[in-house]
Amino acid sequence: MTSPRTSFAEPTRFAKAGPWIGLAVLAVALLVIAPLALSPFRLGLLAKYLCYAIAAVGIGLAWGRGGMLVLGQGMYFGLGGYAMAMHLKLADAGPNGIPDFMLLYADGQMPLWWEPFRSPLVTLAAIVLVPGLLATILGLAIFKRRIKGAYFAILSQALTAAFALLLIGQVKTTGGYNGLNNFRGFFGYSLYDPANKKMLYLIAAGVLLLSLALVAHLQRSRFGELLIATRDAEERVRFLGQDPAFPKLLAYVVAAVLAAVGGALYVPIVGIISPDDVGVVASIGLIAGVALGGRASLFGPALGAIAVGYAESTLSERFAGSWTYFQGALFIVVLLLLPGGLSSVLAKAREAAGGRRLRRVHAEAGEVAAV
Amino acid sequence: METVVAQVFTGLSSASVLLLVAIGLTLTFGQMGVINMAHGEFLMAGSYTAFVTASILRGSALSLPVALVVGFLIGGLLGIALEATILRWMYDRPLDTLLVTFGVGLILQQLARDIFGAPAKEVSTPTWLSGTVPILGYGFPVTRLFIIALSALCVAGLFAMLRLTDLGRRIRATVANRDLAESLGISTRRTDRTTFFIGSGLAGVAGVALTLLGSTGPTVGTSYIVEAFLVVVVGGIGQLKGTILAALGIGIGRSFLESWTSGSMAQVLMLLAIVAFLQIRPQGIFTTTTRSLA
Repeated sequence: MTSPRTSFAEPTRFAKAGPWIGLAVLAVALLVIAPLALSPFRLGLLAKYLCYAIAAVGIGLAWGRGGMLVLGQGMYFGLGGYAMAMHLKLADAGPNGIPDFMLLYADGQMPLWWEPFRSPLVTLAAIVLVPGLLATILGLAIFKRRIKGAYFAILSQALTAAFALLLIGQVKTTGGYNGLNNFRGFFGYSLYDPANKKMLYLIAAGVLLLSLALVAHLQRSRFGELLIATRDAEERVRFLGQDPAFPKLLAYVVAAVLAAVGGALYVPIVGIISPDDVGVVASIGLIAGVALGGRASLFGPALGAIAVGYAESTLSERFAGSWTYFQGALFIVVLLLLPGGLSSVLAKAREAAGGRRLRRVHAEAGEVAAV
Repeated sequence: METVVAQVFTGLSSASVLLLVAIGLTLTFGQMGVINMAHGEFLMAGSYTAFVTASILRGSALSLPVALVVGFLIGGLLGIALEATILRWMYDRPLDTLLVTFGVGLILQQLARDIFGAPAKEVSTPTWLSGTVPILGYGFPVTRLFIIALSALCVAGLFAMLRLTDLGRRIRATVANRDLAESLGISTRRTDRTTFFIGSGLAGVAGVALTLLGSTGPTVGTSYIVEAFLVVVVGGIGQLKGTILAALGIGIGRSFLESWTSGSMAQVLMLLAIVAFLQIRPQGIFTTTTRSLA
C-alpha cells in the first residue's frame, strides 16, 4: 500500500524524538531550575504565564495545525475559571454556606446551579466536561454547516463577547464587573502559605508539560495528518472520502478543554477571575503569544505565551500604556513579516546550517498555509 | 402602540449608526476579503473629530456639517494609510489581516488615550438639532431623526455611486471577478484603495453621528466592531442589500429585546439568535451563487 508519505523521506530518529527531547529540557527548566532561580513573587508571575501557555498550546493545535482562528478561547478560559472560582468561593463561605459577595449584592439567596460546585469532584469534572460539551455542540453546529474561515473567527469572537456581557449582567450570581476574587483556600490548602503557592506553580508546570505531551502525540497521529490536510485543502479531504468536520471538531474541543484547564488554574494562582479575563480583548491577547512563538509548532505557542506574559508584566510595571503600543506593534510585525513566528526563524536557520533531513518535518510544522 | 412606535424608532436610529459602520466593512470585506478590526477605531477617530471641531467652532451651527466632512476624510485617509502600508502585503492571507488590524486598533486606541485622556468626552448637540418632533403621538428627538436621514442619504449615495458611475462599475466588476476585471484593463489596485477610502470614511461619518447619541471614549470602536461584523456576516459578505436588512433587523430586534430584559441580556440573546440564523443560512441572507468550492 502506498501512503502519501512514501514521496518524502521518513523522519529520522532525531526528528521523531525531537518533541520528547524538547519536553525533557522544558521539564528540567520549569520543574528544577525556575523554582531555584526565581523569587517567590516572580515564580507566582511565571505560574500565571503558564496558565496562558496551557491555553496557547490548544490554540496552536486548532489555529496552527487546523487553520481555525479561534478568537473565542476566552469563553472557555472563563468557563474553567469561573467553575473553579465558584468552588473556592463556596469552600471559603461562612457557616451559612453563602459566598460573601452574594450577601453584598443580593439578598443572600444562592441560585440552585451554584450548589453542585460545593463538591470538589463535581467541580473538577465540570472544568473539563462543561467546556468540552459546549465546544462539541458548537463545533458540530459550526463545522457540519461548513462555516469556516472569517465566518468562524467572527462567530467565535461574538460568542465570547456575549459570554463576557452575560457575566457582567448577572451581578448577583457572577459578581459582575468585579468577577470572583478574594479566595483564601485551595482544596483545603491555604493560599496565603508560600509553600502552597509553590505547589500551585508546580501543578501548573506539570499540567503544561502534560498538555504539550498530549498535543505532541496528537500532532504525530493520523488525526494530526488529517488535520493538516484539512487546513491546507479541505475540499480535497472531502473528495477523498474523509469528513473534515471530524478533525476540526476534535482539535476545537481539545483547544477548548485546554483553555478551560488553564483558566481553572489561573484562579487560585492569580486570585481573581473577571469578565476582563474572558472578553474579546483577552481572547485575542491569548493569540498574541501563539503568533509570536509560531502557531504551527509544538513549543512555539507555549513559549510565546510565556514571553508575551512576561513582556506585559514588565512593560506595564515600567510605563503605563506602553504595553498597549507594544502589543499592537507585536501583532503587526509578527503577522506581517513573520507569519510562522519565531520557531520558523529557528527552523530556517537550522535548514540553512545543513539540516536538510529535517526539511520534511519543518515543511509540515513551520509553514503556514494561506487560509 | 405608542411604546412599539418608540421602540421601532429607537431601534431604527441605532440601526442607522450600525449600518454606517457595517456598510464600510462589507465593502472592504466583500471586495478584498480583508477583515479590518481597526474599522472601529476609524469610527473612534470620527467621534474625536466631532469633539475637536466642536471645541474649535464653539457653538457654531456649522460645526456638525464640518465635522461630518472632516470625519469622512480622516476615516478615509486612515483607511488608505492602513491599506498602503500593511494590508496590501497581506491579500493572500485574509485571516491574518484580522489580527494585524487588531494590533493597529490597539495602537490607535492608546494614541487617543494619550492625546485626549481616558475619560469619555461629551460633544454638545447643536441647537438646531435639539428638541423633539411629534409623530404618531410620540415625541421623536431630532438628533435621532437626523441620524436616520444621514444614514439613508449615505447608503443611497453609495448605491447611486455603485450603479451609475464608472468607479462603481469598476468596484462591482472587481467584487464579482477580480481576475476577469483585471484582464479587462481595470486597475484593481487603484479600485481597492478607493474602496478602502470610501468604506473607512463611512466609519468616520458614523463616529461623528455617534456623538449625537452619547459621549465618546478611546474604546468606543470596540463596542461596535463585533456587532458590525455580525451584520456583515448575517447580510451576506459583499451584499449591500443584505447588510441593510441585517442592520435594521439587528438594531430593531435589540431595541425590542432591551425593553423586555436588561441591556446585556438583550445583546446575548441577539448574538444567540444570530448563531441560530447562521445555522439555517451559513452564507447570510443574500448569497452570490458561484461554482467555486470555497
